[in-house]
Amino acid sequence: MTWTATDIALMLGKIVLLYAIILTGAAYLVLAERRILGFLQDRIGPNRVGPFGLLQPLADVIKMITKEDMIPKAADRLLFSMAPAMAAIPAILTFAIIPVGAPLQLFGRQVSLQIADLNVGVLFFMALSSVAVYGVALGGWASNSKYALLGSIRGLSQLISYELSMGLSLVPVVMLSKSLSLADIVNAQADMPFIVYQPVAFVIFLVSILAECRRIPFDLPEAEGELVAGFHTEYSGMRFGLFFVGEYINIISLSSLASLFFLGGWRGPLLPPIVWFFIKVGLFSFLFIWVRGTLPRLRYDQLMHLGWKFLTPLALLNILVTGWWLALR
Amino acid sequence: MPILNDIKEILTGLSITFRHIFRKPVTVQFPEERRAMPERFRGSIVLTRDPDGAERCVACYLCSGACPVDCISMAAAEGENGRRYAAWFRINFSRCILCGMCAEACPTLAIQMSPEMFHCRRQVIDMVYEKEDLLIDGTGKDPDYNFYRHAGIGVVQPRGSGAGEQAPADPRSLLP
Repeated sequence: MTWTATDIALMLGKIVLLYAIILTGAAYLVLAERRILGFLQDRIGPNRVGPFGLLQPLADVIKMITKEDMIPKAADRLLFSMAPAMAAIPAILTFAIIPVGAPLQLFGRQVSLQIADLNVGVLFFMALSSVAVYGVALGGWASNSKYALLGSIRGLSQLISYELSMGLSLVPVVMLSKSLSLADIVNAQADMPFIVYQPVAFVIFLVSILAECRRIPFDLPEAEGELVAGFHTEYSGMRFGLFFVGEYINIISLSSLASLFFLGGWRGPLLPPIVWFFIKVGLFSFLFIWVRGTLPRLRYDQLMHLGWKFLTPLALLNILVTGWWLALR
Repeated sequence: MPILNDIKEILTGLSITFRHIFRKPVTVQFPEERRAMPERFRGSIVLTRDPDGAERCVACYLCSGACPVDCISMAAAEGENGRRYAAWFRINFSRCILCGMCAEACPTLAIQMSPEMFHCRRQVIDMVYEKEDLLIDGTGKDPDYNFYRHAGIGVVQPRGSGAGEQAPADPRSLLP
C-alpha cells in the first residue's frame, strides 16, 4: 500500500488524539480513583482544586515536576533514570493495537479507529506486558536499596506467574475467533460476546490483569505496609510520576483489552461504538478501583498458590474443554 | 470446596463497599462547614459579665496562680465604689494549653472556657489577648450568678440583705 499525504495526516491525527486521550484519561483515572475510594470509605475525596476537584491532576503534575529529582548516590544512574520510562512506554504502546470503534468513512476512505491492526495483536500485547516487567525489575535493582530490590524481586516472580495464566486464558479466545488480530477478535463477537462462551477464561483473565498491573490484592511489589513503597521507594518527582502514570495507563489498556477480548469491544446496541467502548473500559476501571477499596493484600505464598496451583491448571483445563467443544461441534 | 467460600466472601465484601458509595460521607468540610462543639468543650477563654452587665472579674489572681503554664497575668485595681477589678488582664494564647484550671479556680465565674476553638494568627504576638479581646457581653454558662449578690457586702447592698444572709448581730448588745 502506498501512503498518500492524507494517509499520513490521518495516521498522525490518530496518534496525537490517542496520546491526548490516554494521558488525560490516566490523569483523570487517578482523580476518579481518589474520589471513588473516598466514597467507598464514606469520605469525599479531593474536591478543592477546581470544580469537584477537576483540576487536581494539573495540581499533581505541577507538584511532581517542581519536586526535587533525587538520584541516590549508590544508584546505577543510567538504569535508574531509564526504568520509569520502561514501565510507562510499554503501557502506552499497547494502545497501538486497540480498536476503539467501528471503522469510519473519512475523506472517501475507510479509516479504522486503530493505529495498527497487527495480525499478531495478542502476541504483541503479551510481549509488551512482559517488557513492562523490566521497568519494575530494573527500577528496584538500580535503586540499590533493600526494599526496592525486594519489591522488584516480588514483582518479577508475580508477573511471570500471572502472565502465564493470562496468556493461557486468552488461548480459548483465539481459538474461538481463529485470529490473533484484535480487529478480527472484535468482529468474531458480532453475534455474542465471548464472555458467554468463556466465563472461566474471563474470570482468570480478570484476576491476572489485576496482578499484572500490580493493584491492591496483588500489590506485593509496592506493599507499602511492608516495603515502604517497594520498587519505587527511591524515586521522587516526575520519575515517580512516570511509574504512577504508567500504572494507570496500564489499567486503562488492560481494561480496554478485557472489554475487547470478552465483552465485544466497541460492539453494542443503540449507542455509537465509541461510546460503548468507553462505557466498557470505564466499567472495568471502576472494577479495579472497587476491588482496591475492598480487598486486603494477599500474602506472598497465597499469591503464588493462587497463580500456579489454581489459575494456571484451570486455564489449561479450559483450553482443553474449549478444544474438545470446538472439535465436536 | 474452600474456593467457593472464598468467592462468596469476596463478593460479600464487594457488595458491602458498593453500598457505602451511596452513603452520606462523614466528612466535615472544614472552612465552610464547622462542627458545633459540645457545650462543655474547652476552647478559648473568655471573661464574662454578670447579669447586670458589670465585669465579674475581681482580680483575685487565682486563675493566674492555677495556670500550669503561667499564661495569665493581670494587675488589680480598686474602683471608687470599693470594688476590685483588673486594670489590665492578659492571656497569652500561644502558651495556653486549654486545660481549664483557671475556669475551675475562678470564684466569681468570670473566666470561662468557650466552645470557640479557632484562634490562630500569623504572628505569635497577636496570640496575646488583652482584656478588651477577652471580655464578652454575655454571662456565659451561669446566667443568673452575680458574685456581689452573695458576697458583695457593703458594696451593692446593705449588710444582711443578701440572698440567704442573716442580719448582722451587734456584738455590743451581747455585753453584760
